[in-house]
Amino acid sequence: MKNIQLDSQGRLKHFLSIEGLNRGLLVDILDTAASFVTISEKSSKKAPLLRGKTIVNLFFEPSTRTRTTFELAAKRLAADVLNINISTSATTKGETLIDMLHNIEAMHCDMFVVRHDQSGAAHFIASHTSPNISVINAGDGWHEHPTQAMLDMYTIRQYKGDFAKLRVAIVGDILHSRVARSQIHALTTLGASEVRVVAPKTLIPLGVESLGVHVFNQLEEGLRDVDVVIMLRLQKERMQSALLPSQHEYFQFYGLTESALEVAHPDAIVMHPGPINRGVEIDSHVADGKRSVILQQVSNGIAVRMAIMAMIAGRITDQKEMH
Amino acid sequence: MVIEKNVEILLASIANQIKQQYGAKTREQLFMIGIHTGGVWVAEQLHQMLELTSPLGKLNIAFYRDDFTRIGLHPHVQPSNLPIDINDRKIILVDDVLHTGRTVRAALNEIFDYGRPASIDLTVLVQRNGRELPIQPTFFGCALHLNKNEHVKLSGPDPLSLDVYNKKT
Amino acid sequence: MSGSALSILGGRVIDPANQKDEITNVYVDEGEIVAFGDEPPEDFRADWKIDAKGHIVCPGLVDLSVRLREPGAEHKGTILSETRAAANNGITSLCCPPDTDPVIDTPAVAELLQHRAKKAGMAKVYPLAALTQNLAGQQLAEMGDLKEAGCIGVSNAFHTIENTEILRHAMEYAASCHLTLYVHAQDPWLGRDGCAHEGMVSTRLGLPGIPETAETIAVARYLLLIELTGVRTHFCRLSSARAVDMVRQAQKQGLPVTLDVAAHQLFLTDMDILDYNSQCHVMPPLRTQRDKEALRQALLDGTISTICSDHQPHEDDAKLRPFAMTSPGLSSLDTLLPLSLRLTEELNLDLNTVLNLLTYKPAQILEIDAGTLTVGQAADICIFNPDKEWCLEESNMHSARYNSPFIGWGFKGRVTYTLINGKVVYMRC
Repeated sequence: MKNIQLDSQGRLKHFLSIEGLNRGLLVDILDTAASFVTISEKSSKKAPLLRGKTIVNLFFEPSTRTRTTFELAAKRLAADVLNINISTSATTKGETLIDMLHNIEAMHCDMFVVRHDQSGAAHFIASHTSPNISVINAGDGWHEHPTQAMLDMYTIRQYKGDFAKLRVAIVGDILHSRVARSQIHALTTLGASEVRVVAPKTLIPLGVESLGVHVFNQLEEGLRDVDVVIMLRLQKERMQSALLPSQHEYFQFYGLTESALEVAHPDAIVMHPGPINRGVEIDSHVADGKRSVILQQVSNGIAVRMAIMAMIAGRITDQKEMH
Repeated sequence: MVIEKNVEILLASIANQIKQQYGAKTREQLFMIGIHTGGVWVAEQLHQMLELTSPLGKLNIAFYRDDFTRIGLHPHVQPSNLPIDINDRKIILVDDVLHTGRTVRAALNEIFDYGRPASIDLTVLVQRNGRELPIQPTFFGCALHLNKNEHVKLSGPDPLSLDVYNKKT
Repeated sequence: MSGSALSILGGRVIDPANQKDEITNVYVDEGEIVAFGDEPPEDFRADWKIDAKGHIVCPGLVDLSVRLREPGAEHKGTILSETRAAANNGITSLCCPPDTDPVIDTPAVAELLQHRAKKAGMAKVYPLAALTQNLAGQQLAEMGDLKEAGCIGVSNAFHTIENTEILRHAMEYAASCHLTLYVHAQDPWLGRDGCAHEGMVSTRLGLPGIPETAETIAVARYLLLIELTGVRTHFCRLSSARAVDMVRQAQKQGLPVTLDVAAHQLFLTDMDILDYNSQCHVMPPLRTQRDKEALRQALLDGTISTICSDHQPHEDDAKLRPFAMTSPGLSSLDTLLPLSLRLTEELNLDLNTVLNLLTYKPAQILEIDAGTLTVGQAADICIFNPDKEWCLEESNMHSARYNSPFIGWGFKGRVTYTLINGKVVYMRC
């Protein structure tokens, strides 16, 4: 894939997918995020790096939580934020996606944060907007949700340190999950010891092993000795498309309960990108239990997004001294 | 700790200036903040010499610089630490060299994001020509007039020494 | 140019149908080929002479599948623009599928199409009739009447007939009308929402996939029904090695089945969509390298007997969207001959064999009088320079639309003149 994410000097210009980024860049994102975490925890809460810049949240798919974290991250960087929520049907009413982009560009923005229900949409937008605009992918169809994966990696590093020895299991609807794809790329690039996907056959995409994962159709085998368990949300539509018989059956065989967790490493952590469906993919006891780091993921989300925006707005270099 | 003679003399001069300006009772209320990295080294010395009671604050202006888009962001940033509430406080802001004034501008912006101080006295070891902003120190060790290619730098933390270099273009 | 007697001098005349491959002259008069030879026939006075030295003189190409877009989608192309584009690319006869709007399920539409094509005076158009009315898969179309109105075959285009009973009857009826059935093998349910080959690439890109099984199941169904009904069937563009093999076995068994391939399928795979390149969004989807190799092999062993363009022009908007939302299809009249000529090097084929795949063989499948250089037949001739190197750009494409992934590719071999009915309809400047 032609890598349009990096500029001619290898610095981050767009953030569209984890695929195509090297380990060093991912680690820089995690380290930069660490400095922003401290800011969030102190009274100033500001790092006005993006003062005078305008960031547009271009959400073709509705989402309150992702949009608000991006908005908060942008505001902590002192950027101006514009929220545009477009239902996809608006574009089919006549105005093409390209025309819409040109109209928004005329408002002189610097960055688009895009969420769309089509795979490849962020890549498409990045390829067709004017060269001074950077695009951050907030989720495109089934393809990738790279900022989510980075905050998940940040959380894993926070609790587990080095990736090299980790066994990670991603459980759930892998087939339709952009979060899973991004997480798989991130874990393999960061050098995780083993990445597993666990789901019934109907929810495993063909050829997924080529991404560097081991496939498990049984929860117990899939969780044995793992250090990190990532649970994915199960959407209700999957029952309608004859992919699963019922939520009840899914929870029976793939739901994360205390007893299911017993085969994992005693210090294993439990993660979930949210929002969680209690009693469908995860038991309330586990979601609220001591191994769950779900809330930590949420609070890390702002710092990680701040880091990515800051890195795009000003490329990473060695700090020079000011006279 | 090794401190070169010239630096020692400058520090002593600054400490005296501050003592003359502020009596012992007022000095107890002073809050000293050093700007990373050189300003912190200088502030540490002054803090000791003046026997200030409140803890030393440290400011990293990385996120407030005006040249961020040109020079970028370093992945490892030592975070700022202001351990006490600055509202209505008299602040001594310390840096090693005052040149263009942009570092101090950034520091002032950051301090005001924390609250509203009663006053700020800028204290520098050396001030030199080349101001680009209307900023002047209250207390300073010495004033230098340097040529286009000359450049003054405090190295440290141990030994702490002040040198003038010729920047070869 | 307006005089009717014309001689084509000094070209290498290749006519696979008559096993001719020699440097000789061709004499044309009153729209027909009148003679070959070093000397003109008696009483022949040429009004116009074409110097064909260093050129190949071959029958005008016969393209088995070209969508002209008119009637119904004139913003994508018209009969005039696309028959002209075909002619400019050496294609003198083309077959057009019935999925126009209105559908070719009444003689009126069939006649309209042929009438307009005749008026345009460019490539000759042979329409296919709909198999069922409005392609809806319920009522049989009036195939007998449509044949009388000029249709040379029947097809239900991309609209798979789900009801096997109806499909059987439609095939029997077509057989009794002595019409060849042109089919697209695609299961109506498997991969219904897909836009790419289901495999490693679609998984990586998060695109809904169309499994190979969607094609093989449909092929199996058709083959068994062909056995039952005896209808002569042509499979349009299979995409998987497995499906091609099933047709190969059926041919060996003696079933009346033929198969074509679109030129682009011999050069592209699913790897070409890795950067979401919508110019490579086609139906059937591009499959793996292994499948591409199998298509090339099938061409070599005769399982596939013709290469077509599968021309589907689209306006820019249709391709300027996220991949799954784009319309499938390429504008391919401009690349039929160039890509086919590449095969002489890549597959070590001689020019005769390649030209046969583009002239006589498709004419035989379509059962039309075309694709040959025979004395007394219409002078539909393609004269091209096999050594001319050039690069495909939007500015030199003849089609009204430019949706092609081959823009920027370098080619060797370019049409210099095209004659239809003895008249020069295209001359490259």
